[in-house]
Amino acid sequence: MGIGHSKVAIAPLWRRLLRFSTDHKEIGLQYFFTAWLMALVGGVLAFLIRLHLGWPDKPIPFLGRLFPHGAEGNVLKPEFYLALVTMHGTIMVFFFQTAILLGGFGNFLIPLQIGARDMAFPFLNGLSYWVFLLSCVVMIAGFLVEGGAAAAGWTAYPPLSSIQEAVPGSGLGQTLWLLAMALFIVSSLMGSLNYITTILNMRTKGMTMTRLPMTIWSLLLSAVLGLLAFPVLTAGAILLLLDRHFGTSFFTPTVFVGGKLIPREGGNPILWQHFFWFLGHPEVYILVLPPLGFVADIVATFARRPFFGYRIAIGAALILAFLSCIVWGHHMFVSGMNPYLAMPFSLLTILVSVPFGTILLCIAGTLWGGKFRVTTPFLFSLGFLSLVTTGGVGGLFLGTASTDLYLHDTYFVVGHFHTIMASSVLYGIFAATYYWYPKMFGRKMSERLGKWHFWLTFIATYLTFVPMHYLGMGGMMRRIYSPLDYEFLAGLQPINVLISGAAFVLMAAQFLFVVNFFWSMRRGEIASENPWEATTLEWQVPSPPPHGNWGRDLPVVYRGPYDLGPIAPKGDFLPQTAP
Amino acid sequence: MGSHTVSTTVERRALAVVLVVLVAGLVFFTIRFAGRMPEAISPIGQEIDSLFRFLLTVTGVIVIAAHLYLAAVLWRFGDERAQAPIVRRQWPWVLVPIGLLFLADITFDHKSNKIWGKVFGTPPADAFTVEVTGEQFAWAIRYPGKDGKFGKTDLRNITDDNPLGLDRNDPAGKDDIFFPAGQGELHIPVNRPVLFLIKSKDVLHSFCIPWVRLKMDAVPGMTTKLWFTPSKEGQYEFTCAELCGLGHYKMRGILIVESSDKLEEWLSQQPTAADLIP
Repeated sequence: MGIGHSKVAIAPLWRRLLRFSTDHKEIGLQYFFTAWLMALVGGVLAFLIRLHLGWPDKPIPFLGRLFPHGAEGNVLKPEFYLALVTMHGTIMVFFFQTAILLGGFGNFLIPLQIGARDMAFPFLNGLSYWVFLLSCVVMIAGFLVEGGAAAAGWTAYPPLSSIQEAVPGSGLGQTLWLLAMALFIVSSLMGSLNYITTILNMRTKGMTMTRLPMTIWSLLLSAVLGLLAFPVLTAGAILLLLDRHFGTSFFTPTVFVGGKLIPREGGNPILWQHFFWFLGHPEVYILVLPPLGFVADIVATFARRPFFGYRIAIGAALILAFLSCIVWGHHMFVSGMNPYLAMPFSLLTILVSVPFGTILLCIAGTLWGGKFRVTTPFLFSLGFLSLVTTGGVGGLFLGTASTDLYLHDTYFVVGHFHTIMASSVLYGIFAATYYWYPKMFGRKMSERLGKWHFWLTFIATYLTFVPMHYLGMGGMMRRIYSPLDYEFLAGLQPINVLISGAAFVLMAAQFLFVVNFFWSMRRGEIASENPWEATTLEWQVPSPPPHGNWGRDLPVVYRGPYDLGPIAPKGDFLPQTAP
Repeated sequence: MGSHTVSTTVERRALAVVLVVLVAGLVFFTIRFAGRMPEAISPIGQEIDSLFRFLLTVTGVIVIAAHLYLAAVLWRFGDERAQAPIVRRQWPWVLVPIGLLFLADITFDHKSNKIWGKVFGTPPADAFTVEVTGEQFAWAIRYPGKDGKFGKTDLRNITDDNPLGLDRNDPAGKDDIFFPAGQGELHIPVNRPVLFLIKSKDVLHSFCIPWVRLKMDAVPGMTTKLWFTPSKEGQYEFTCAELCGLGHYKMRGILIVESSDKLEEWLSQQPTAADLIP
């Protein structure tokens, strides 16, 4: 095991990022960098949102100069605020998290971990990235057009999103939003198809399905969900575009907006909600599954223990994926849909906790008796476990139909999905970034900076997102520009100030990550092939791996991915390739 | 091989302590803020609150147990000596807690269904009925008048003096009492079932009264319903809970719960549709 036996020249990073490549690792890095860039955009939007919500009635000195249209007199306009909220949600959910998990880590890891040289369809893979990049550009272009970016929420409920007069962002901004989403889905379909085909058909000799690491299982299920759920939204987006521009009435009934009658006939806004959440809910599991897989593998590696209950966890993940497709109605308990429908949706939703809890128990069981190596990826994995539990139980309050009657569309919902979807998934992404960075760039990230990053992020995350639940319990509605008009919300404003303060600390802490990321690329400790002493296949090739990944012969797999610690026949671990 | 095999006991145990402090803080503040929710002013609201508290208790146990487990593991294990043998029979360790979770889920569902059935069951025939119509960005209010029947409305009839689009030829509408959006207070009787008919003129809204723990979307082209029995007189705020445009945050209304006598007296003083739009 040594360094420097990679003699294949690798082009400089900027060239690899800018060319049309069919190499899965280059495409992975293209996704990886683009998605982090989108996270930065989403983060700036979050900063503006929190700046406003902390002090909704106070002028902020520099705002007017930055946004002459959006913040005249140094106070955000309501329409600009709604555009910020809409774009923040859309960008973070789709253009950051989905893109980095499947596009970034999926691309980079799948061929390496299953022992393939590349994806099944390398050209499709390259195309997928460039369509994704185009969708990012179209999405952000919304900010530059008249009326501003889409402002109907990331859920884009019609008629607000289907009638141009309903809200300023419902002009060209909403059209661009829908086009960007359609492009994003096309790109994601090309990706998902590729990941599924590759995992099913291109595993190396000996790599049976039950020898796949949890990472691959979770990416596989996530891709399957994407393939099944995303197209429904494409269909919805096209219908909504027709409603907007060609006078159809799929989602738009007769309405009276802005002093004039808009005579459409027969459309039903609830239909869009079904379309949207048929994608939107599986989307949550598309995001949560890969971090579960990453954390399972990372925890096993740093606890030096075999993963507890591998088959149980896979079975649970299959059930979870299935259930996630039939629970979308819990977003619609008070939408006006038939109240009888709420009963099966509610039961199925809270039963999701059973397979979900099973996977978490398996990860928790892996920790028992561990010989811990407290590294940054391990810390972020523990943070993930904490947040996913705290955030997860919040879901029971919203999935239980009768408590949702009160909590629906309040900050409890905002707090819930920011704890579980935003934060815990983000922690999975951080853990994975710190863990696979050496494989991507040949150097390790600084542990000292990494740990500072973890501690500040962990504490600030709790202080930011848990109090949002309390706002919701107090009755504060989500997506309101200001709560100050309401007597019953006035007492909650100090919590909003606290959340904003904590959110600023949280954002500031991310600079440590950025600095670490770029500093380590040149100055980090040089990584060997297998710096973490892990068992899976990607650690059997040089860091970074050459084009084609493997030398003359593909690796042969003789064992499962978890021969670690006490069960490794000799030494502390056995790679999957050890005979 | 690497420096990471060096014992990191201090860091491990620091994290264990932080996790315990964290969960203690969670419990403390959650109990504190659960006690500060707006007062529930109807029996159904109180039932929803008691289900909420039941959920808090059960999920509280889950969160405490999970964090204490993490903390204990981090505190105890970490060097060769402390290693535990591999568990070969794994399923009982999963099945027992998951079985308990399953039972908790079924209990939540059972309790929830009982409440759900009451909220969405048929309202009593003698319910006091009032219609609320959402529009950007206020609520219009309409009472059926003495005949107890609402006149027909159609968005096509809307004019400046007929903001709800009442059908002037419908006799049932003559004695309707209406307040254009943002121009009236919502009066309802105490201790009598109140049925709300919820409509929208333009986009989605959601009629939300935090004090009764209920909300229901206002959907253009549809009439949705909500009913409950207010049990405490007073003046409360109601809101719009569904994003409806840039004035969404301003869609505030005043709900007045008062005795039936007072309400009848107040209603009899209001002009009817026949007075306003002959």
